[in-house]
Amino acid sequence: MTFLPRDWDNHPPLIFSDYQSTNLRGPTQPLVPIQQRGCETTGPAFGPQHLGPLDHDLTRNARVNGQPLGERIVVTGQVRDENGHPIPHTLIEVWQANAAGRYIHVVDNHDAPLDPNFMGAGRCVSDENGKYRFYTVKPGAYPWKNHHNAWRPNHIHISLLGPAMATRLVTQMYFPGDPLLELDPIFQGAPAVARSRLVSRFSLEVTEPEFALGYVFDIVLRGKAATPVQH
Amino acid sequence: MSSEQTPSQTIGPYFAYTLTPMQYGYNFTSLAGPRMVDEDTPGERIRVTGQVLDGDGAPVPDAMIEVWQADAAGCYPDASRQDGFTGFGRVGTGTAPYNRFWFDTIKPGTTADGQAPHLNVMVFMRGLLSHLYTRIYFSDEATLNASDPVLGSVDETRRQTLIAKRKESPGGTVYHFDIHMQGDAETVFFDV
Repeated sequence: MTFLPRDWDNHPPLIFSDYQSTNLRGPTQPLVPIQQRGCETTGPAFGPQHLGPLDHDLTRNARVNGQPLGERIVVTGQVRDENGHPIPHTLIEVWQANAAGRYIHVVDNHDAPLDPNFMGAGRCVSDENGKYRFYTVKPGAYPWKNHHNAWRPNHIHISLLGPAMATRLVTQMYFPGDPLLELDPIFQGAPAVARSRLVSRFSLEVTEPEFALGYVFDIVLRGKAATPVQH
Repeated sequence: MSSEQTPSQTIGPYFAYTLTPMQYGYNFTSLAGPRMVDEDTPGERIRVTGQVLDGDGAPVPDAMIEVWQADAAGCYPDASRQDGFTGFGRVGTGTAPYNRFWFDTIKPGTTADGQAPHLNVMVFMRGLLSHLYTRIYFSDEATLNASDPVLGSVDETRRQTLIAKRKESPGGTVYHFDIHMQGDAETVFFDV
């Protein structure tokens, strides 16, 4: 059993000069093809037993003296593969800025307030149908140093393991209608045909009355190859 | 229903409080860390350490390295494994002197399909829009390395970039492996 290749028509290039940090950090030599073996087609196994009871609820997992400030949201979706098969029991780890656009990470020195009741760290595991769900507050936009007056759009970082080392993915989920998207070299680093897949969809159906706005974000990982991939 | 792969995006500079929280001192449980073994894990104890270096040769302070490896018998752990060895490690380059990464683990065995002992490595950092795959082989396995099919597929002039150098130190066996993102010694990255 092997996995379909990383589809470079859908992933960003390793050097994308508008995103300045790529210029010294992206490799310049072509990637070397490798035939997938057991090393690449297996991966670490994490399940619900590895999660804490509030890991999926960022509005509750770091409270000190009250609720975090911001617009409460629920994010849900399906993890599936390219062949349309749900990917069950896979670990989804998320991190984000607070509603004011500030990360608790010690190296973030943006002059916006920290929220004593919000950390911005969470994780969940997809269910047997590949569905996942977590609660948080909508992250704020924040400035960064890439170019003059550069601002990151609202986004949530999402890390997925999938069933194997080959299916590993780290991505970012954005919000619909954000005017910063067309100005953001990280979002724009994704090929034009693929960018819309990074933007979540507002859903009244998912929205919980009197409680939280709902956003849907489906995630597609590499699928199994029908026959072994030949290089 | 068929669909296309969700694009990768950079891990950015702020991953640590979710992905490597205990290493960085954040109040959140780490699911994986740089210490991959406990007292009972069978195998030769080793430390693997090095830096991630950018195109100017400067150490990268905000990279995350993940390792996926076989056990001492050459088997990759699955969900049924009970002895605490997951084969999976994670470390950020933001806490140790000189922005070093390190893994305390066991030397993996030769796999059943005859690959030389190696660590499978994933590299993430701010400035990397799609993560990278590489491998760490061991300098004291020259014979097995010579017949390894993956090493053999790499241009001979670049093969050394995949081999960690063994050194005995008072604290135990240390393998040194730097990851060069660019330059004459640019590490080989694989299109897994």
